[in-house]
Amino acid sequence: MSELNITVGTEMRDAERELHHFRVRLGIASTFVLVMFALLFARFFYLQVVMHEHYHTLAEANRISILPIVPNRGIIVDRNGVVLATNYSAYTLEITPSKVESLEATIDELATLVEIGPRDRRRFKKLLEESKRFESLPIRTRLSDEEIARFAANRYRFPGVDVRARLFRSYPQGELFSHVIGHIGRVNQKDLDKLEAEGRSSNYRGTDYIGKTGLEYSYEDQLHGTTGVEQVEVDSGGRAVRSLSRSSPISGSNLVLKLDAKLQEVVYNAFGDRRGALVAIEPSTGGVLAFVSKPGFDPNLFVDGIDQENWNELNNSPDKPMVNRALAGTYPPGSTFKPFMALAALTYGKRTPGQAISDPGFYTFGGHTFRDDKVGGHGMVDMYKSIVASCDTYYYILANDLTIDGISRFMGTLGFGSRTGIDLAGEAEGVLPSQEWKRKRFKRPEQKKWYAGETISIGIGQGYNSYTPLQLAAATATLANDGVMFRPHLVNYVEEVHTRQRTPIEPRPLRSLDWKQEHIATIKRAMVGVNKEGTSARAFAGAQYTSGGKTGTAQVIGLKGEKYVESRVAERHRDHALFIAYAPAENPKIAVAVIVENSGFGARAAAPIARQVFDYWLLGKDAKKPVKDDDDAPQY
Amino acid sequence: MHPNIRRVVRFFTAHLDQPLLGAVLLLMIAGLVVLYSASNGSFARTSGQFTNMLVALGVMWVFAQIPPHYLMRLSVPVYAVGLLLLVGVALFGEIVNGARRWLHIGVTRIQPSEIMKIAVPLMLAWYFDRYEATLRLKNYAIGVLLLLVPVGLIARQPDLGTAILIFASGSFVIFLAGLSWRIIAALFVAGCASLPLVWSVLHDYQRQRVLTLLDPSQDPLGAGYHTIQSTIALGSGGIAGKGWLSGSQTHLDFIPERTTDFIFAVYSEEFGLIGNGILLVLFLLVIARAAAITANAPSLFTRLFAGAIMLTFFTYAFVNMGMVSGILPVVGVPLPLISYGGTSLVTICLGFGILMSIQTHKKLVQT
Repeated sequence: MSELNITVGTEMRDAERELHHFRVRLGIASTFVLVMFALLFARFFYLQVVMHEHYHTLAEANRISILPIVPNRGIIVDRNGVVLATNYSAYTLEITPSKVESLEATIDELATLVEIGPRDRRRFKKLLEESKRFESLPIRTRLSDEEIARFAANRYRFPGVDVRARLFRSYPQGELFSHVIGHIGRVNQKDLDKLEAEGRSSNYRGTDYIGKTGLEYSYEDQLHGTTGVEQVEVDSGGRAVRSLSRSSPISGSNLVLKLDAKLQEVVYNAFGDRRGALVAIEPSTGGVLAFVSKPGFDPNLFVDGIDQENWNELNNSPDKPMVNRALAGTYPPGSTFKPFMALAALTYGKRTPGQAISDPGFYTFGGHTFRDDKVGGHGMVDMYKSIVASCDTYYYILANDLTIDGISRFMGTLGFGSRTGIDLAGEAEGVLPSQEWKRKRFKRPEQKKWYAGETISIGIGQGYNSYTPLQLAAATATLANDGVMFRPHLVNYVEEVHTRQRTPIEPRPLRSLDWKQEHIATIKRAMVGVNKEGTSARAFAGAQYTSGGKTGTAQVIGLKGEKYVESRVAERHRDHALFIAYAPAENPKIAVAVIVENSGFGARAAAPIARQVFDYWLLGKDAKKPVKDDDDAPQY
Repeated sequence: MHPNIRRVVRFFTAHLDQPLLGAVLLLMIAGLVVLYSASNGSFARTSGQFTNMLVALGVMWVFAQIPPHYLMRLSVPVYAVGLLLLVGVALFGEIVNGARRWLHIGVTRIQPSEIMKIAVPLMLAWYFDRYEATLRLKNYAIGVLLLLVPVGLIARQPDLGTAILIFASGSFVIFLAGLSWRIIAALFVAGCASLPLVWSVLHDYQRQRVLTLLDPSQDPLGAGYHTIQSTIALGSGGIAGKGWLSGSQTHLDFIPERTTDFIFAVYSEEFGLIGNGILLVLFLLVIARAAAITANAPSLFTRLFAGAIMLTFFTYAFVNMGMVSGILPVVGVPLPLISYGGTSLVTICLGFGILMSIQTHKKLVQT
């Protein structure tokens, strides 16, 4: 059949073959089309499914610009409305490092227009180290109008440099409140990490500053307020097209303190150049009236970022101005411990007020002799005399009778050795020694054991005893308040700015200690005796009110069996002077604990400070001068 | 139905290919829907495009009525006039946006490269059909020359996008005409080898576009901007899209040329992967129908020309979507039947009209 159709078939088959060839090519082309479309679809799949999240984020970032509106930080005032921390608006010259080619050159150029001192440069350098490159950092704050004008005229020469109005924190009282108010500082990476972990970081968008220490730190939440948000749609040029939504910022709340600025100043002046701490508490509320740690520092230095020189000076000073002695310094209470020991004795039925011992001037226990300060002893000593004359022997014996467990149990209920819970961060616990404490504290088995001999020196507030001035003041206030204990607190009210609504911080007592009122009366009578006829009688001579007190001297270094001679001891190793007191005795309005470091005897250095404080608080008398050491005061 | 009405209906539907028309209409509807969104709800622009579509459909109808052998006769004159106009543009053309593409003729101005989109494959199909019986290497060489002269002129305008499209459509004709695989391979190798030469004659902005394709993030606010923003639009659309009129990228001016070359970014932002899939299917329907018409076309001329139309249409769609989704360089190529603009719409529909003509006049040719 094929042979028959050769001639006709060739033409036919040629045409057919042509068509076949064409269709093969068309098939190849169609396959190519399909493959390319599959490729496209794969690309779409990649973009729209695999990478969707990524591009979704990018698109949102593209579209909506969220502009934080930073709230005004709450201000802090004392009980009378005296401003302790406030805000003011000022112009700053700011550089965005990422937008500047040469920082050095730019700053040099700027210095020809506005004054930029070496301190500004140092501070900027420090800021630069802790900031991101695209952040705008202040090189000079508080520009004068003239400086602003001069820069404005030359602005075109400085890309990446701006003048901005910013709110600044100011502490008008300077170092007077440095340890209470603390200070704010620029938000650093550590702060950011913390905010992030607490889920609060979004509230800090646009916020440059955060509380770093003191109340600024403890009440950061209340002071900061709520950041407002304006959502604006922007076009590709970053221009706002329209506002999508706006939520106004809520200003941070104000803090109204219990503190009295004037009293604080009186205390500050009374200390003069001496180092130490004083905490004054209103016994009926636990409100802190004065809270001083000397020396202090100027918190204003920290607001714009402290420069290296000032920082080194503060940090390396042997006086340790950055340490909040009242809150974090722990000291043996010395003889100020004795009224509490006596109260423990009465409460546990180990002593009656009239029970007397004979004091030969020393107490021997387990072959070791514990000396009294008074050579030859005080003779017959009952409870009243033990406190008024500060007889050590009485308490050596009492400690032994109470045992370490009895002492630690009683002192524990008074708050010794645990944080008072004051509204200030960084409180030290102190040490209330007990058998259990020692077991935990030491490693070697022979160290873990409590020796009965160790209890003896605990009785006079030495040994392992170590408390903060705040704990001592709180215990004194509790005693003055007849056993009704309040948590010490600095802030009286948190005040909402717009509604003026005030939320009290500590309206109720923490607890009521089940002491017999007659026991308290016994102790208080003795403490009144201390200020009237005892160790601090000279400090309180002629006072128009009655007050109760107790002097103390805390050993800085142990002098084993040796008589302490002040002139032979280096200044830093001298004893600390301590004093606790309250007044008026009938209806205590103020209770204080004072420590003056390395100033020897409590009666000489610490009690006169308390006298000035009381005189001011009860009578309005302001001595306006530092307390002079009363060298004739009893040396115990 | 009244016999007269039936006659009228038959007259208007006589040479229309219904499957192809259906697919084209669906794409046009999709185009209007996206355009409405892309133009921020501009009714004027959308209705303007609707008018363009009516005109394009009219042109399609007209060309569907013209039997292919009439077209064949037009091949050489149209090509010759187009080439002349291109030379005219090179000599006297009006410069718009740094490119010499337009030629003023009396009251109006024309873009001769648009004519060449049809004229070049037409000319090549005519040429290969004419030498069908004795196709040799020499004929292919002449074919390549017929292709490269206009492409070269257009590339020099510069209008890289159109040049590439015309080059592609002409190449399809040469490929379908049976250029031997060995020569294709050789040309491929030669093409690759000549890339450095091509590189050296490219304009700076063209080089920049190629470089930007390799890494759009290199110049995010400059040449890479288009690609970056359109891929963001695409990617943020996700599977289901943000919904019609809800594409944030689009409505905030992030998408450049969003009613024309980058309209696909708007589409895929608002309709997502599902919408993209549907769109690809619609394009494939058009292409499949065109392929069927091509496969059954009665003569070499009609086969080559139909194949060129089909593959050019594919190229338009692929290059545009590839460019918007960031796998091809940014060249000015509209998305067929979707992008705003009358010229490309008319050109494409004209092609479809010819396809329909080839399909519906088949019997007349065979008998």
